[in-house]
Amino acid sequence: MPNVSMTVNGKAVSAEVEPRTLLVQFLREKLSLTGTHVGCDTSQCGACVVHVNGKSVKACTTLAVQHEGADVTTIEGLAQNGELHPMQEAFKEHHGLQCGFCTPGMVMSAIDLVKTHPNPDEKTIREGLEGNICRCTGYHNIVKAVKAAADNMGG
Amino acid sequence: MTSETGVGASVKRKEDKRFLTGKGRYLDDINRPGQAYGAFLRSPHAFAKIKSIDTAAASAAPGVVAIYTGADVAADGVGGLICGWAITSKDGEPHKAPAHPAIAVDTVRHVGDQVAFVIADTLAQAKDAAELIEVDYEEMTPVVDGAAAVAAGAPQVHDDVPGNLCYDWELGDQAAVDAAFASAAHVTTLDIYNNRLVPNAMEPRAAIGDYDSGNDEILLYTTSQNPHVARLVLSAFVGIAPEHKLRVIAPDVGGGFGSKIFIYAEETICAWAAKKLDRAVKWTAERSESFLSDAHGRDHHTTAELAMDANGKFLGLRVNTIANMGAYLSTFATSVPSYLYATLLAGQYTTPAIYANVKAVFTNTAPVDAYRGAGRPEATYVVERIVERAARDLGISPVELRKRNFIAPDAYPYETPVIMTYDSGNYPLNLDTALKLIDYDGFAARRAESESRGKKRGIGLSSFIEACGIAPSAAVGSLGAGVGLWESAQVRFNPTGGVTVFTGSHSHGQGHETTFAQLISEHLGVPIENVEVSHGDTGKVPFGMGTYGSRSLAVGGSAIMRAVDKIVEKGKKVAAHLMEASAEDIEHANGVFKVAGTDKQVTMAEVAFAAYVPHNYPPDLEPGMDETAFYDPTNFTFPAGTHIAEVEVDPDTGAVEVVDWAASDDFGNVINPMIVEGQIHGGVAQGIGQALLENAVYDPDTGQLLSGSYMDYTMPRADDLPSFKIETTNTPCPGNPLGVKGCGEAGAIAAPAALMNAITDAIGVEIDMPATREKVWRAAQSAQQAAE
Ligand code: FES
Ligand code: FES
Repeated sequence: MPNVSMTVNGKAVSAEVEPRTLLVQFLREKLSLTGTHVGCDTSQCGACVVHVNGKSVKACTTLAVQHEGADVTTIEGLAQNGELHPMQEAFKEHHGLQCGFCTPGMVMSAIDLVKTHPNPDEKTIREGLEGNICRCTGYHNIVKAVKAAADNMGG
Repeated sequence: MTSETGVGASVKRKEDKRFLTGKGRYLDDINRPGQAYGAFLRSPHAFAKIKSIDTAAASAAPGVVAIYTGADVAADGVGGLICGWAITSKDGEPHKAPAHPAIAVDTVRHVGDQVAFVIADTLAQAKDAAELIEVDYEEMTPVVDGAAAVAAGAPQVHDDVPGNLCYDWELGDQAAVDAAFASAAHVTTLDIYNNRLVPNAMEPRAAIGDYDSGNDEILLYTTSQNPHVARLVLSAFVGIAPEHKLRVIAPDVGGGFGSKIFIYAEETICAWAAKKLDRAVKWTAERSESFLSDAHGRDHHTTAELAMDANGKFLGLRVNTIANMGAYLSTFATSVPSYLYATLLAGQYTTPAIYANVKAVFTNTAPVDAYRGAGRPEATYVVERIVERAARDLGISPVELRKRNFIAPDAYPYETPVIMTYDSGNYPLNLDTALKLIDYDGFAARRAESESRGKKRGIGLSSFIEACGIAPSAAVGSLGAGVGLWESAQVRFNPTGGVTVFTGSHSHGQGHETTFAQLISEHLGVPIENVEVSHGDTGKVPFGMGTYGSRSLAVGGSAIMRAVDKIVEKGKKVAAHLMEASAEDIEHANGVFKVAGTDKQVTMAEVAFAAYVPHNYPPDLEPGMDETAFYDPTNFTFPAGTHIAEVEVDPDTGAVEVVDWAASDDFGNVINPMIVEGQIHGGVAQGIGQALLENAVYDPDTGQLLSGSYMDYTMPRADDLPSFKIETTNTPCPGNPLGVKGCGEAGAIAAPAALMNAITDAIGVEIDMPATREKVWRAAQSAQQAAE
């Protein structure tokens, strides 16, 4: 079995994996980082989004072995010293989550979105989150949260 | 006290931190020591005899622990899955309940039906082995459409159900309706299909069965909205284990929308297999499996006729519905197109005579059961579409026609001709509020502006009603329910003043951990951070009927209030003793006990401490401050409101843009407005999804589910939806101590009719849901040609 090493949430990790192991399986099963979720099997829902070298990636659609040496951030790695990331804070403040299942992927996508569009309008936010499905919120409050976070993140 | 954490405050949710930091514990995040993994082999055919199953090669595959087929399950005496609501056909016959084995025995009846369960050391091994099982099928011709299933000569889904008819049921006074039609000045008719939906909670269903042989106890983790009901059914009917030897835990659950109420084959098999193997067994659905095996929603063919006098006053309503039950009866399937549907056909109107006939039929499709709204969206869809069509027929404004027929705000309690007694409401106020929100008066100008760009603009209303807070046990018992629908709560003070609330309601997104804590904060003066809400574990919570039918606050919250009353009553006795007064002289408010007319007082925290450290304690009183209460409601609750959709249609492409949405809803008193608004957003999004995008389509010839993944089944995404304008009006519900009505389903009930009415208004032609681009384009083109 091949060995794969990468940095996840700032920590060096290394493990033997079956070649067919997906990045999301590696995170959930080998590293017990279960905050990254699996909501579909067709790369459509975005519940699995993590950052690989700073860009959002659907972790269900890529193999762990493809990320040798990569720098990966998951939802567990966002809060620093017990302080929520401004995007996490905004989701809480604006009730951008209900069941919470889509939330990790949604937050990771939203952070990348704001990085690319520091001052997004509603249309940009809605289009930018098109790869993430939420069944609970109707997106209304997610859009509000992302806008507020963008303002707070100094966009 | 309207404090920052009390009733009426938009308190930020206590549960959010764990969800936002990846610390939620959903089912697939849980692992048991030594657990094996299960994978189901599912039928690729819609209807076939199983001639043989050869598991030899699969059994020899690496890592395989066991392979079970229907024969093994039957040999072990595992009971079939049940339907817990008895419906009586109009000829007096009970509904037909064909066998529903957890794994098919000799016949598969829908694509995705369970054929075998493979358990292996790893998931990959289980899946690999499942592919090695050889099944010899003899295919038969399936039937997938409800109307086709009752036609003469249709394939018979079950040998013991002639004509595929589960029941032929009626409600209302047929003779009175016939008389109303005989005297009518005008009759409007409607023929519509309420499309089949796949609930699609984002967390797929999953289960882990585990077994403790020392105590002969089964522990079942399952994605459930009602773990106690799961335990009851698995124990009493399926025979998995006695209730006291079966613990069911529904941990964090990623959405339900009805689909996680039911007791499914998969968790049944996991619990059974765990004991058989003395080893934990985990199964998690892939999304494709969810599409095939979660209970679907809706799927009604309906014709309706509305009789009116010359002024547009409604005289009578006649409704005929064919409801598709799928291949087997799911847990509450029979109640959905009957008592949850036809009882709401009065809508918000004074229609004096109503008659409904419902034929529930079997087909070779996934079982159909409650999905957000369950029967009530189907009722509102019929009523609100026929009302707008009637308005067009008569040339009366849809606003005016509704107002002429609304039940008046002073007419409560109001008994409808379909057995409901509405308790409170103000329908004209909601309509007017929604009209203002959307600037109805400015619509003509907006339409003209759209015209100038070659677009067609439309506006549509839906004045919905629902019966929630399900439900008085005596009432539902008399209508065929196999269970009571009360709720339980336990309020436990710890000696140091913290409180744990155990509730039989289950939160899978609704925010109970916050809303219920607000009740304690408000009524017992406990800081909200000192209140913990515990739910979802039959090993902790006394009992529970779970969360569905917008019942958690009206029924579960009321149970909490009953427990609070008991705490206060006991607290008064302790306080009286501590202050050397008589209990009759103690007044309580917000966690402070006072001797009336004096400035002597003690706090709830002091009283709780004394109850646990009873050094100075009333001699005739039990120590401890821990009270349990059960609450059985006295009536349903009746949330109602008006939603208005505004759309812009591009006649050249068929694209429908939802440009505006206004909703005015009456949910009675509101505990947390932020959470209530969130529920509306989500419900409306699902309703818009149904009207515009979503459709579970089975191929009529092969019975294959054509829209069986997110590639084909169109889920509403952020860029499909507008932001919503929402207001609530609050007519307190007289039927429960909180005065609340429930808000979880309203959006999904109201939205489809509003949106379809808006599209009709835009293009001048009526079409069925979902209003896909192709359908809208064709309709718009034909309308244009007809006009030319
Ligand atoms: S799990 Fe759905 S996109 Fe990755
Ligand atoms: S919060 Fe439940 S799916 Fe988004």
